[in-house]
Amino acid sequence: MFGFGVLKGMGVTFKNFVLSYFSKERLTTVQYPEERLPEKERFRNFPFLIYDEKPEDLRCVSCDICAKECPPKCITIVRDTDEAGKPLKRPKEFDIDFSICMNCGICEEVCPFDAIFMDHEFELAEYGRFEDLNYHKEDLLKSNEYFAKIRPRDAAEVDKRLREKAKQKEVKLQPPPETKT
Amino acid sequence: MEFTLKDSAALETQTLEVNLGPQHPSTHGVFQMNVVLEGETIVKLKPVMGYLHRNHEKLAENMSYLGSMPFTDRLDYICSMTNNFAYATAVEKMANMEVPERAQYIRVIMAELTRLVNHTLLIGFLLNDLGAFFTPVLYAFREREKILDIFEAVAGSRMMCNYFRFGGLKVDVTGDFIPRVRQIINNYPKFLDEFEKLLSENEILMARCQNVGIISQELAINAGLSGPMLRATGVPYDIRKIDHYSIYDRFKFRVPIGETGDVYDRYYMRILEMRESIKILDQAIKEIPDGEFISKAGAVGAKTPRNFKLPKGDVYSRIEAPKGELGFYLVSDGTTKPYRYHVRAPSFINLTVLEDMCIGHKIADAIINLGSVDIVLGEVDR
Repeated sequence: MFGFGVLKGMGVTFKNFVLSYFSKERLTTVQYPEERLPEKERFRNFPFLIYDEKPEDLRCVSCDICAKECPPKCITIVRDTDEAGKPLKRPKEFDIDFSICMNCGICEEVCPFDAIFMDHEFELAEYGRFEDLNYHKEDLLKSNEYFAKIRPRDAAEVDKRLREKAKQKEVKLQPPPETKT
Repeated sequence: MEFTLKDSAALETQTLEVNLGPQHPSTHGVFQMNVVLEGETIVKLKPVMGYLHRNHEKLAENMSYLGSMPFTDRLDYICSMTNNFAYATAVEKMANMEVPERAQYIRVIMAELTRLVNHTLLIGFLLNDLGAFFTPVLYAFREREKILDIFEAVAGSRMMCNYFRFGGLKVDVTGDFIPRVRQIINNYPKFLDEFEKLLSENEILMARCQNVGIISQELAINAGLSGPMLRATGVPYDIRKIDHYSIYDRFKFRVPIGETGDVYDRYYMRILEMRESIKILDQAIKEIPDGEFISKAGAVGAKTPRNFKLPKGDVYSRIEAPKGELGFYLVSDGTTKPYRYHVRAPSFINLTVLEDMCIGHKIADAIINLGSVDIVLGEVDR
């Protein structure tokens, strides 16, 4: 019968319409600012810099690897120097242009010091198009506790790795046992 | 002046040229068609591409091999996993890298999930082009969301997954990955049944799609079409069956083929392919072994991409992406950057027959012909 297929299709839409009031399967939307979906642990948005205790002790040693590996080249690092002009192992400036960053997470993967990680923060709308989205060192700093809060599994792994590294360093620093008198 | 139609034979008619796009909702992005119409019938059609050109191939020549991986996500932004897959296999083929068993299985699962995502979405948007405004799309989106949630939990991003690495994967899957894929395997056929009930027997859809945009087998082969577009004309050509890349020789599945090569065949081909994909998923999830997710050499390469080098030479590697044959051609001069990097994009080559499909049909049929080709402009223009 002509038109039966259309009626059958209408039946499906009617079923979906009615069931959307009762079934969670068929109404999957949430009322966003009030209601939020649970965050996935591996979700990545923009990078942040991690510090251990004080914001001055950055893990970053400004080795420039992330800046070189970043595919769209959105990271700019300037190394800090002391009064004599000797380069120090910390960044003076660390800028990430969020308008260029494409959230690929390669900086986090290549960092040998576990200093940069991907954040979960996504509500970052700004009025300005250029300078407002260029995040500087102070804006990017976040504590290790925050990292442990948003990504507990990764944080535990990283902390374990860092502790092992510190232990190895301690062993190396101890003077070798004297064998000859 | 008196206006009369007395000698209608002497009435002058002239063709009308219409620009469809580049800003038109039916063109799936920034794509333009210069259409010459006689009345409402198309006599000539010229596709204009290049509005979304982002210099992907040239950018890749100035970047480490891994650096192009996140950019391949942005080619066909609906199926980023298969783009990663194609690029990773190209580099692995050249470097002679081994991929661990577990990684191979996860790759196949991801590729088939991507096929589900792409085909459901395509059918939704094809119906949108037909005028069934947004109801099928929203049903498709609802189901797609469940798969994208898995991608997000595993890879960290819903669409720009960047999940594959040379020699394996970025990270292992999460603990709830297998049960969630099982859930998809169990629930997806039900959704497909419902979707088919809504669409397949619908008289309006049949009247609009059947015998519209017919491509002959000969033309399809000569034009180099691939994927569901080619199979809809009746050519049983599936790279998963022919090349047996990755571990596809271990799974039992059939290759659906069409009869006439019209829009309805192309629509139905996608439904059948999704059912076959579910079969592959079902087998893969049962057999998935434990073990490494990336090989040792691959892990070093992922940690230090600046030192990753390929031997001199060139390679072409292809996979069966949801849209067709996706190939990467790489030429290496032995340094850390590719000397030449070329993408064989399926939607670009499938689009070349658009004029042959449309001539002689009405202007409204041009829209559904374009919809059934399944293009993503990110891939067409690169």
